[in-house]
Amino acid sequence: MTEAQYGRAPGDNSSDPVEAWEPSGLLVYTIGLLLAVLLTTTSFWVANTSLLWAPGIALGLAVLAIAQMGVHLVFFLHITTGPDNTNNVLALAFGVLIVFLVIAGSLWIMADLNEMMPPAELMDLHMQH
Amino acid sequence: MNFAPTIEAVHHGALLSASEAGPAPKRLVVAYGFWIFLLSDIVMFAAFFAGYAVLVRATAGGPTGAELFDQTNVAIETACLLASSFTCGLMSLAANTRNRVRTYFFALVTFVLGAAFLALEIREFGDMIAIGATPHRSAFLSAFFALVGCHGLHVAAGLVWLVVMMAQIATRGFRPAVERRLLCFSLFWHALDIIWVGLFTVVYLMGVSP
Repeated sequence: MTEAQYGRAPGDNSSDPVEAWEPSGLLVYTIGLLLAVLLTTTSFWVANTSLLWAPGIALGLAVLAIAQMGVHLVFFLHITTGPDNTNNVLALAFGVLIVFLVIAGSLWIMADLNEMMPPAELMDLHMQH
Repeated sequence: MNFAPTIEAVHHGALLSASEAGPAPKRLVVAYGFWIFLLSDIVMFAAFFAGYAVLVRATAGGPTGAELFDQTNVAIETACLLASSFTCGLMSLAANTRNRVRTYFFALVTFVLGAAFLALEIREFGDMIAIGATPHRSAFLSAFFALVGCHGLHVAAGLVWLVVMMAQIATRGFRPAVERRLLCFSLFWHALDIIWVGLFTVVYLMGVSP
């Protein structure tokens, strides 16, 4: 009862630490491993094949990576959408927000700066004056 | 035949406010705090990823990723780390049942796979440095060594931590404190694998695809 109130520790797959060797726990890790292997091999295939539309490959790889991170979070770290996991999910959501801001913001700003930068010849002209 | 009082009592028990119920169990507090640390660690890696993504074309006439990276090596590294994440999960299952032999066995497998990953990475770095692709050759290589090297350092720290945890189980047994540290270790190890997923995708696969 109290456990349900406080939620669940991240990484715990049951609120009771002492239980019999759970076949269900083993099954969860095995499903996670199979899905991860599937996604990883797909990623390596996508990066090396010539069958796919080349400009879309980077996007496809990003989608596969994010899917695999989701698989790891759910099957290895046992992050669920259940009410006992609210705290963990909220912390994760905040972390993902910061990660997104840092990466997307840096790329955006630097691409913008590169565009605003005058071409090298123009810079040389300025230097001569 | 009036069930109302019982139902009400159960209901009341379930709705006890956190202040009435007392402090949360320590296992939960410790694991949650470690979860926050891991997220901040991932934010730090995000900064390295951003730096790498910005500098990936700044090769200064030096070697590019497509010339340097060996995909077979990366595939083996990925397999090692993924398998070690799986055996780390099996280790925490064994530790939950307080089965020493199983815990030691899966910890050993996790350690060997992690060490194999690290050995392959060090060999890769050594090969790159041998052909002059050192961190000070170009901004791209500085960002590459900072990002991949930082992950490698985390793996090395995790291996040391794993050895310490096995020594603690041997000398102190499955005490609550040791079990909490073991839970934190497995969180750390799984998080490293998540970072590696982003790493092999962004650095190696996107680096070699045209």
